[in-house]
Amino acid sequence: MTADAPRHAREDPAAAIKFEVNGQAITVRVDPMRRLSDVLRDDLGLTGTKVGCDAGDCGACTVRLGRRQVESCLVPAAQAQGVTIRTVEGLAGPDGTPSDLQTAFLVHGAAQCGICTPGMLMAADALLAADPDADDDAIRDGIGGVLCRCTGYVKIVEAIAATRDARRARRTNGAAPRANGMPAPAAEPAAGATVGSRLAKVDGLPRVLGTARYGADHRPEDVFAVRAVRSPHPRARFEIGDLEPLRLRHPGLVDVITAAEVPGQNRYGIYATGKDQPALADGVVRYRGEAILGLVGDEATIAAITDAELPITWEPLRYLTGIDAALAEDAPRLHDASPGNVLVRGRLASGEVDEALAASAVTAEIDVATTFVEHAYIEPEAGLARRVGDRIEVTVSTQAPYMDRDEVALLLGIPPTDVRIIPTACGGGFGGKLDIGVHALIALAAWRTGRPVRAVWTRPESMAASTKRHPARIHATAGADADGHLTAYRFHGDFDTGAYASWGLTVANRVPIHAMGPYGYDAVLATTRAVYTNSPPAGAFRGFGVPQAAIAHEALMDELADRLGWDPLEFRLANALRAGSTTSSGQRLDASAGLPACLEALLPHWDRLRGDAADHNAAPRCRTRRGVGIGAMWYGIGNTAIANPSTIEIGVAADGRVILFCGAVDIGQGASTVIVQIAADALGVPASAIELVSGDTDRTEDAGKSSASRQTFVSGNAARLAAADLRRQILLLAEVGGEASLGFEAGRITATDASGRTAAIELAELPPVPVRDASAACVIAGRGTFDPQTTPLDADGHGVPYQTYAFGAQIADVEVDPALGTVKVRRIVAAHDVGRAINPTQVEGQIHGGIAQGLGFALMEAYVPGRTENLHDYLIPTVGDMPEIECLLIEDAEPSGPFGAKGVGEPALVPTAPAILGAIYDAVGVRITELPASPDRVRAAILARSGAPAAG
Amino acid sequence: MAFLRPARLDEALGALAGGGPGGAPWVLVAGATDHYPARVGRAPVEDVLDLSAIDGLRGVVGVDGGWRIGALTSWTDLVEFDLPPLFDGLRSAALAIGGLQIQARATVVGNVCNASPAADGTPNLLALDAAVELASASGSRRVPVGEFVLGNRRTARADNELVTGLFVPAPLPGTTVRSTFEKLGSRAYLVISIAMVAVVVEIGVDDRIARGRIAVGACSEVAQRLPALEAALAGESAIPATARLVAPEHLTGLHPIDDVRGTAAYRLDAAEELVRRALEKVLA
Repeated sequence: MTADAPRHAREDPAAAIKFEVNGQAITVRVDPMRRLSDVLRDDLGLTGTKVGCDAGDCGACTVRLGRRQVESCLVPAAQAQGVTIRTVEGLAGPDGTPSDLQTAFLVHGAAQCGICTPGMLMAADALLAADPDADDDAIRDGIGGVLCRCTGYVKIVEAIAATRDARRARRTNGAAPRANGMPAPAAEPAAGATVGSRLAKVDGLPRVLGTARYGADHRPEDVFAVRAVRSPHPRARFEIGDLEPLRLRHPGLVDVITAAEVPGQNRYGIYATGKDQPALADGVVRYRGEAILGLVGDEATIAAITDAELPITWEPLRYLTGIDAALAEDAPRLHDASPGNVLVRGRLASGEVDEALAASAVTAEIDVATTFVEHAYIEPEAGLARRVGDRIEVTVSTQAPYMDRDEVALLLGIPPTDVRIIPTACGGGFGGKLDIGVHALIALAAWRTGRPVRAVWTRPESMAASTKRHPARIHATAGADADGHLTAYRFHGDFDTGAYASWGLTVANRVPIHAMGPYGYDAVLATTRAVYTNSPPAGAFRGFGVPQAAIAHEALMDELADRLGWDPLEFRLANALRAGSTTSSGQRLDASAGLPACLEALLPHWDRLRGDAADHNAAPRCRTRRGVGIGAMWYGIGNTAIANPSTIEIGVAADGRVILFCGAVDIGQGASTVIVQIAADALGVPASAIELVSGDTDRTEDAGKSSASRQTFVSGNAARLAAADLRRQILLLAEVGGEASLGFEAGRITATDASGRTAAIELAELPPVPVRDASAACVIAGRGTFDPQTTPLDADGHGVPYQTYAFGAQIADVEVDPALGTVKVRRIVAAHDVGRAINPTQVEGQIHGGIAQGLGFALMEAYVPGRTENLHDYLIPTVGDMPEIECLLIEDAEPSGPFGAKGVGEPALVPTAPAILGAIYDAVGVRITELPASPDRVRAAILARSGAPAAG
Repeated sequence: MAFLRPARLDEALGALAGGGPGGAPWVLVAGATDHYPARVGRAPVEDVLDLSAIDGLRGVVGVDGGWRIGALTSWTDLVEFDLPPLFDGLRSAALAIGGLQIQARATVVGNVCNASPAADGTPNLLALDAAVELASASGSRRVPVGEFVLGNRRTARADNELVTGLFVPAPLPGTTVRSTFEKLGSRAYLVISIAMVAVVVEIGVDDRIARGRIAVGACSEVAQRLPALEAALAGESAIPATARLVAPEHLTGLHPIDDVRGTAAYRLDAAEELVRRALEKVLA
């Protein structure tokens, strides 16, 4: 056997490994060191078991081995010999009926993106089998080894507890199961009553069954793999030498793709005029992890080729880490088009800031520094591409199918109509799957070889290559007069946009508008710069820079209140934007500006928690100190001052099925469910009457990207308009009045008016009508387009950047251990003005998840390129880190929103970190301004304040 | 590349004696929880000797003069065995290593052999005066844990040896034993320690500390005992206030580093506090 032989060559046909999976006897003959997760997924086709890290850090691959839960990515195939394994596929009944645990996950909204769900289910299955009476703490211990990035774990714990209670009730008295804390699976809401109901996710069942197919779950028999070779240097020139010896050494290597092989434009990026990122670097790399070539062939061959074998000559160049280095006079220019390494500047100016600050009774000033934050979706980037004649089909995990389509078309030099993007179930996005990821190499490889080609990024690869939250360096000053009225706000923020533009422009433009927070100031000057460095590209991440800016504005609100002797909540309430306010952009808010209502709802909680904290701190011999803080926010829904349309179609097929063609992809946040609910009520049918076609660019119109908290408001409106259009046409055909109720049967629609008169439409008699989906035989179709009414901003940032804004506020109750600097968040009460909660369960889920990410941002998350590219050095919150959360949904209806709704995805995260940091200040008197507030930073600040030598 | 999963110890030792067929030493695997994370996305060429099927290496048994933890004993096994308070600290570590999935697979011995500076088992084993039992085709030997772990990912195991278990000596006769473990990390589960402390105290019938053994992990390349503090504790009253005796000079043997989990200065500062708290707890 040669040293180069791939691992699979170790297969010994004599060494059959026999075990049992889900009650079935299995014999495999594989490499004995093959990971059990790979055996389950690739050899046995049990793709319900997910792989998130291959390192035992995330728990997504958790299965039961005997009575214990194990991570199947850490079990050698050989050690499966003779054991009994249970996977998520083994939970449901033989007819596919979900188990009680799976049903509870569905009903309670415990599965959002669903990628951690199989692991969570198996951990819970093992727990409840071993300890049927597990209390909530034991439940947390039981699932403590599985990471979830969407849900904040709240509804997962609820679902497991409900299952425990129901089983206990059955054991003790044979009573019917009754869920705990939440309604039992309710009967489906009637036609017209779907909006506002806790409808289970329309795409939820496959997620709890483990049958939903994600990016890595598409692996046809004849598939090739492509693996990117990435730069080990942050900045370097390179040359690729003769590849022939490599090809000879590896006969399975069918293609090597470099920049020279890109048939179209080897530049991609979010903005048409700013595409600066090569799919494959052409001679120069600008960050560690940048792809320089793609190796194509069978999976074993590709895995066996080491980087050391490749004929690449590197010439490392001076590289720029951080904003100061990039702005230094002698800094090398990283992009020809950007002198001084400044990608873009943003600005908002209103009133005379200097004068107003000088005239203020009190002012406060702050410097804030934040770090790179990783999206850490549990599903790494993955997909499959296929060439179909002169078209390319890319089946991929994504937030933005139409943007992907256009990028792939440019890259291949073909018309966008020749590209089809088929979104898979998306195992988490949070902004990180807006930029193309695996798309480029799989499309290029499939285009060139004619074979289906897949790629699944490893966790370190995902973390090194994908976009991040922008590190920010902020200086801000705020002033108020003696009556507690805010006077002026001056803000400058520099944002490290990394090696390529990505969403840097969006951040630089969105931040100035939101920089001062949700308050009325007489004068504001807010400026931003996005600065190129040799770090990974910073892109879109839940809030586009606004969470960073909120750290500053909320700290300053606390400080001004303190100096004026005001209560921090009352001070915010007195200055809150509200209906009738004019923003610093000069936009008058006519309605749906519910921050005062949010703050008023929080007031009793604020008083109670402050009192509890004071009692705790007054107790003798108390080792810890408690404190309570508050954060408030606002957030413009959708793109900033540019077009942002969604178009949605809804048709009735000749057989009577109602099909919603919705280009908005659900990335776990619940968009599909909410949009179906809106369409159902607008059409006048129960949600279950609607069949959903989601995201496929050949079958749906462009409904934009799942970002900027826009899908409920923008695509929801498009769905409402489409369904109303369809209803109008049906009523016209039936010749009945507007109040008629509709019934859809096989081949016919019935319409019954208020007087009880029923008219029928025989669908077979209608001619076909075209919809975008050529395969759909629709006979009636409605269409809706919605584009928020905005205006371009002038040079001072004045205009109407957004049609509507979300508002919210959260209070955090924390416990600090001053001697160790550790912070435990005990409780968060979150009040969010969502306009209308189309689905309260989904809204709460977004709030819980936003809080989890905000808590991570505040306390533990720090991405260091080259150092924290795994999920044990890069920490995200586990179930044990989550506080108790109470959600207060404020419904200050947005007149232009679908049934009054706005959005909540990003808003939920924005106030969390400010509230936690304020609570730490309240507890121990130190204001942490460099994030994360890790134990060493908190401890050092406490020591510095007490005059002791700093511990760090 | 070869793979061997012997059922008997002598088979394993025989294979080890010959070295890996590929010319490099055998790579040893038991629970494999440290093996795969070091190989993400890589397909290394190596000869693997899988120890997991070897008979008789799993479990904790009383032996002459103490206890023996077999090399295949997982952390969950340790938790599920009925063990005296001497092992309370080690059991606390068992529940703090990774999540339940890791605890079910990872072995106590593997934790020592992986020789991470942040290994949660090592300070406990140091405080227990545990010794590593090594076997090769030519014989066996016993090496104190403090001499076995040489540095970051380095041990005194020779290529032809394997660790068959850990020997934990019995406490001083006539004493009451208490032990505990304090772990400091930046999150609740699945966390690599910033610092940790293991304490074993033996209290005489006079309610004085007959012997206190304290070790600190993640604050040096190898976890360290605190001999100066141990000397200071001997003969002191077994009451919580005795913990106040802890002073910075007791920690001078530690040499922590700055890394993503915390600064060196913070580690020292926190370690001192953790030692104090651990002592308070066992003396309560």
